[in-house]
Amino acid sequence: MIWDLHCHLPAFGGRTPEESVARMIETGDRLGIERYCVYMGTTWQNDPTPEQLRQGNDEVLRALDHWRDRLFGFVYLNPKHTEFSLKELDRCVRDGPMVGVKLWVAQRCTAPELDPIIERAAQLKAVIFQHTWLKLQGNLAGESTPQDLAVLAARHPKTRIICGHTGGDWEIGIRAVRALPNVSVDLAGSDATAGFTEMAVRELGAERVIYGSDAGGRSFASQLGKVLGADLTAAQRKLILKDNLRQLMLPILKAKGISA
Amino acid sequence: MAIFDTNVSLGRWSFRRLAGDDTASLAARLKQRTVTTALAASFEALLHDDIAQVNVRTAEECAARGQGILLPVGAVNPRLPDWKEDLRRCVEVHKMRAIRLHPNYQGYALADPDVAALFALAERHNILVQIAVQMEDERTQHPVFHVGPVNLAPLPALVAHLPRLRVQVLNASRFAPGQARQLCAAGRVYLDIAMHEGALGLSNLLQQVPLDRVTFGSCFPLFYFESSQLKIREAGLDAAAAKAILFDNASRMLDGASR
Repeated sequence: MIWDLHCHLPAFGGRTPEESVARMIETGDRLGIERYCVYMGTTWQNDPTPEQLRQGNDEVLRALDHWRDRLFGFVYLNPKHTEFSLKELDRCVRDGPMVGVKLWVAQRCTAPELDPIIERAAQLKAVIFQHTWLKLQGNLAGESTPQDLAVLAARHPKTRIICGHTGGDWEIGIRAVRALPNVSVDLAGSDATAGFTEMAVRELGAERVIYGSDAGGRSFASQLGKVLGADLTAAQRKLILKDNLRQLMLPILKAKGISA
Repeated sequence: MAIFDTNVSLGRWSFRRLAGDDTASLAARLKQRTVTTALAASFEALLHDDIAQVNVRTAEECAARGQGILLPVGAVNPRLPDWKEDLRRCVEVHKMRAIRLHPNYQGYALADPDVAALFALAERHNILVQIAVQMEDERTQHPVFHVGPVNLAPLPALVAHLPRLRVQVLNASRFAPGQARQLCAAGRVYLDIAMHEGALGLSNLLQQVPLDRVTFGSCFPLFYFESSQLKIREAGLDAAAAKAILFDNASRMLDGASR
């Protein structure tokens, strides 16, 4: 079975979060996906206000309410609103059912404002996911690169952090985080270019590579193809498709009494 | 289920080595994945100006090492002097049944007058014209080598007055609203699914265009073959629709037969 690190509600066409998730699960079931990590609600803002963060997280909480056995929720935070983000982290993770943190493009992750969020998330055993990209045409002002993530990860060497998208330009992204054993890479959200997964396994070890789709912006199919089409052993494939993510989540799942 | 892959490439990709970048290995890998027929063009066509020799090598490679499943696809660049001779050789010398265009790499636009002339000649020769919209995400290209996707806007007008011409659009990731429908309504235009993206992307495409215009393409070995193959499963198609996309539609497209 497969755990998907990286899913979103928009693009599945539901009128409500619950309906979007139902369609997501109906689609993912055809490909053997057992669990879905969901972040960010039905409408997205690059630099969300506290109210917008709360609204998006509330939508994820609504979806979780109906699908506790299939979904894992990640709380969406904006480091620019540090105090609010820490409270939202407590509301959704410490006191709520969410198990991870999603950081997107509001502020580059080298900023010191991330430190209290990372520290608090680590205390709660929450899984930490930081979006990264390397765009030839230039990143958004607050968009992190894998090199930025390497700086953040070096400041928190005992905390595991996931490098979202492996920077998109994965041949650079893998090198950028190679020396940091506390960084895992997310395969999601880029073209199904052959060689990606093999290089990640060769340079980082299969234990640091995690399958994610970025559905619905991407298809589950194209992203799963990166793992099922790669020249890997069965054991490596199993780690990437489920075991690595499960291992990362086990501490918080156990703390919350969630069996998986 | 047997697969007709309309979108594979021979040779070396300029920016990395690929598993399957020698013809024998490519054919073996395709056969392992139940591909029984594949339209194979050459990566060399993107940047080489000696197109005539690219076509010689493509034909020879398919014949010598294609294990009976690779059908050679020719290269024609209408920006080059005397391109009509290249098309003639594709048809008469190499007996090719398709040509693949890379306007963005070869330095022209579909609106250029020579493209209309090429399409008219292709119709006369009864040869399929493939247009590769892109080969990779322009955001992740090499910093000194930026190539944007092909603008398909002129295509409906180009095919509208050529009722027997067959054109296949390869590697489109997303269409603007109504664009796929407009393309297929304008003429005998087919689409592949190699880079088509989004959850339920294939299902959504099939709501816009007739089933018989959608063909299987993998962009292998540049892309993982399974990326396209799994899209059929993700779409939840019945067996008849899956077979149409995986094989029958491409077969009809190549033969020039209408349903």
